[in-house]
Amino acid sequence: MSTATFQIWRGERGNGKFVDYTTEYETGMVVLDVVHKIQGSVANDMAVRWNCKAGKCGSCSAEINGKPRLMCMTRLNQLDLTQPVTIEPMKTFPHVKDLVTDVSWNYEVKKKIQKFTPRKPDAPDGTWRVQQADVDRPQEFRKCIECFLCQDVCHVLRDHRLHDEFIGPRFLIHTAQLEMNPLDTGNRLKALKDDYNIGYCNITKCCTKVCPEEIKITDNGIIPLKERVVDEFYDPLGGLFKMFR
Amino acid sequence: MADYPVHEYDVLVIGAGGAGLRAAIESSAAGAKTAVVTKSLLGKAHTVMAEGGMAAAMGNVDERDNWKVHFADTMRGSQYLSNCRMAEIHAKEAPARVRELEAWGAIFDRTKDGRINQRNFGGHRYPRLAHVGDRTGLEMIRTLQDHGIHQGIDVFAETTVIKLLQDGGRCVGAFAYDREKGRFMAFHAKAVVLASGGIGRSFRVTSNSWEYTADGQALAYQAGAELLDMEFVQFHPTGMVWPPSVKGILVTEGVRGEGGVLKNKDGKRFMFDDIPENYRPQTADSPDEGWRYTQGDKSARRPPELLTRDHVARCINREVKAGRGSPHGGVFLDIAWIKEKLPNSVEHIKKKLPSMYHQFKQLADLDITQEPMEVGPTTHYMMGGIQVDAESQMSSVPGLFAAGECAAGLHGANRLGGNSLSDLLVFGKRAGEHAAKFAKSNGADRVNPADIDAAAQAALAPFERGAAGENPFTVQSELQDIMQNLVGIVRTESEMEEALGKIEALRARAAKAGITGNIEYNTGWHTALDLDNMLSISEMIATAALERKESRGGHFRDDYPEKDAEWGKYNLQIARGTDGRPMVRRVPVVPLTDEMKQIIEEQSK
Repeated sequence: MSTATFQIWRGERGNGKFVDYTTEYETGMVVLDVVHKIQGSVANDMAVRWNCKAGKCGSCSAEINGKPRLMCMTRLNQLDLTQPVTIEPMKTFPHVKDLVTDVSWNYEVKKKIQKFTPRKPDAPDGTWRVQQADVDRPQEFRKCIECFLCQDVCHVLRDHRLHDEFIGPRFLIHTAQLEMNPLDTGNRLKALKDDYNIGYCNITKCCTKVCPEEIKITDNGIIPLKERVVDEFYDPLGGLFKMFR
Repeated sequence: MADYPVHEYDVLVIGAGGAGLRAAIESSAAGAKTAVVTKSLLGKAHTVMAEGGMAAAMGNVDERDNWKVHFADTMRGSQYLSNCRMAEIHAKEAPARVRELEAWGAIFDRTKDGRINQRNFGGHRYPRLAHVGDRTGLEMIRTLQDHGIHQGIDVFAETTVIKLLQDGGRCVGAFAYDREKGRFMAFHAKAVVLASGGIGRSFRVTSNSWEYTADGQALAYQAGAELLDMEFVQFHPTGMVWPPSVKGILVTEGVRGEGGVLKNKDGKRFMFDDIPENYRPQTADSPDEGWRYTQGDKSARRPPELLTRDHVARCINREVKAGRGSPHGGVFLDIAWIKEKLPNSVEHIKKKLPSMYHQFKQLADLDITQEPMEVGPTTHYMMGGIQVDAESQMSSVPGLFAAGECAAGLHGANRLGGNSLSDLLVFGKRAGEHAAKFAKSNGADRVNPADIDAAAQAALAPFERGAAGENPFTVQSELQDIMQNLVGIVRTESEMEEALGKIEALRARAAKAGITGNIEYNTGWHTALDLDNMLSISEMIATAALERKESRGGHFRDDYPEKDAEWGKYNLQIARGTDGRPMVRRVPVVPLTDEMKQIIEEQSK
C-alpha cells in the first residue's frame, strides 16, 4: 500500500487553515474515501457533506487541487500524488465548517422561478402526447444533480458576488428546461432579462467544464435562452412584425 | 424544560425522499400546516439513487397489462406474504400517481406514439416501468421538490430527529437537532409521518447512502409501534464488486431489462440452470427467446436474468461459492454482447443506460459497451418496517403514520424492482392525506418537557466522555461486519445467535461513545447518535430471522433451505417488550378475498 499527503481545509466560518494528513491508499479509491478514512481515524469531528457516494446526489462538492469537483467521483489515479493534494470547500458560498458550505441561497433562488404550468391534456384520459425528439433537450438539463459546482465556478457569483442580481448557470438551465418543455405554457423571458440578468453571463463556459453530468450548460441552455430574450426584446424587425400581427 | 424553540404544525413529515415529499404535498394541499424535516439538503435523499423506474400498469407498451396483472405479480414476488389489500391499492393507484408527476413537470422517456414509455423489469409480466434513462429516482425527487417548494411547505434541512414525543399513547411531535449548529428544537404536531427510508448502513456492502440508519423504524419501535417482516432484507443481485472502495454501488436491473446477461467465469449463462417451478411458465426456454423478450417481442417470455431479485442474488452467490466467479468475487454482467444483435449498440447502450456507462467509466475504468461488468449481491432494501393500516398508513401508535421503505406490508418476503418508487407515491400520498385528516379531527395534545430534557441530556453525553470514549466510527464499522457476515444473504442459527451476542456487546460500547471537537457540524457526534438506531434494528433483524425457520424471498436459511407452507401463513411481528427488548410473535397474513384468489389463479397460467 502506498501513502500520500492530503491538505484538508479545517476551520469555521471562513477562519481556518490547511491541515496535512498523510495516509495510506489503495487502488480505485476516490477522494471521498480518503476523507472518510481520515475522519474515521484521526479527525472524527471533521465536517463533510455527502450522501450517495455514486455521483448521483451532488452533495460532496469541493475544490480539489483548486478545481471544483465531486469528491466521490474523483479517483486518486487522476491526481498527482507525488505532491500534496489540497481539498477545500467551495468558495462561492458562505463557509460553515471544514469542507461544508452554506448553499441555502440556491434553494431561495429556485423558489422565485415561475413554476411548471402544463397545457391542457391532449387525450381525454388526462395524458399528453409528446415525441421523444422534443424532450431530448430538456431531459439533458434535468440530469442536473444540483451539486452547484457550476455556481461555484461562475465568475459573476464567485468574483463579482452578484448573488442578489444573477441566478447563475444552475438556474439558467432550470429555467431552460421549463422553457423548452413542450407541455409548459409559462413565459420566463422578461424575468430572464430583468430579474435573473441573463445578460451578465458572457459565455466563458467555465460552468460547462465543471459539470459532472456533462450538461452543455452554455451551448445548449444559456445561449438559446439569450437568443430568445434578444428575439423578444431587442429585435427591431421582429418588433415591427409583432405590432402588425 | 430548557429553552429550545418549539415549532407548531398540523403535520410533521420526517424524511424528504419520494414518500416524505409526496406526503407533504398531499397534506399541505389539504390545508394542513406542514413541515418536512430532512437529515440532508432538499433533493439529496436516497430516492435520487433509484435507477430503473416506477411500476405502474398503464399498458402503454403492452395493452394486455392492467392492475390485476400487477397485483398478481406483486403477490407472487412477495411469496404471498404481502398485505394483499396494500398490493391491490398499489396496483390500482400507481398509474394515476405517475401521470400526476408528468403534470408536475417530470419528463419521462416516450413511446413512438408519444406516451410515457415503459420497460421490462424482474418479476413484472409486461413492460411496466415508467422511466427516464437510468435516473428515474432523480426525476421523481426533483419533480416533487420543485412542485413542493411552491406550496408553502416549510423545510428543515440537515435536521435529525432523535425522539418522537408522545402524550399518553399518541404521537404529538418530535425532538431534533440541526446538523450545522447542533441546536436542539422541538416540533409540536397533531400528526407525524415517518418517511425516513431504510437500514442498509448496518451492512458492510450496501447500495445505500449514509442516511439509511434505520431512524424511522427505531423511533417508531421506541414509541411502541409494531414492526413487521423484519427478517426480509433485499440483497440486490447486482452491485459493483471492484474497485474495493465502490463495492456495493448499485448496477441497475435495467441492464438486464435491456438485454444484459449473467455469466460465470466459464462464460456460461448459469441462470438457465435454476428456474423456480412457479416462474417456469413465464420464463424463456432459450437465449434467443430471452433476447426477443427484451426487444419487445410480445410472443416471447422473459429471460431467467429477470427472475426475482432474491433468486438471482442466491444464484450469483452459489456460482461464486462454487469457484465459478469473476476475478474479484462476483460474476459477469454483459451488455456489450448485444453488438452481435444491434449495429448501433454503443450509442444504444449509452442512451438507455447513461449513468451505468459513466459509473463504470469513471469509477472502474471500464467501458460497458465493450466489456462485461463484474457484479455481486449488495444490501439494497428493507422489505420489513413499521406495520401500518393499508388504507391510512397509520401505525399502531395513534397519530403516527409511515410510508415508503420504513413502512412494511407491500413487499412481503421480496420486493419487485420498480415497486418501490410507485410505493413511495401511492402510500406517500395516502399517508399525507390521512395525516391531514387526523390532524383536523384531533386537537393538539401536550408535549412533556421532561421527555425533551431527557432526550437532550442523552444526546449530549458523548461530549462529556470526549476522546476517552469509544470511537463511534469504529463501533459502526464493526456492526457492519457482524451483519454482513452473520445475518447476510445466507443465514444459520448459530451465526445469528453469535451476531446477537456481538450486537449486545457493541451496544455496551456504543453507550460509551465519545466525541471531540465542538457541536457544530460534528460528523462524529452525528454518527454516535445514529448507533442506537442501527443496533436496535440489527437486533430486530437477527431476532426475526432466527425465528423464521424456513427459506423464503430475501430470507435464506442454510439450516432450513426449503420453503415451508406452514410458515407461509404468518408474518412475524415485533414490538418492544416490557423489558425493553424486541418481542417477536406470529400474526396470520391478511387473507385474500375470493376475487383476489381468482385473479391470482388466472394470472398463474
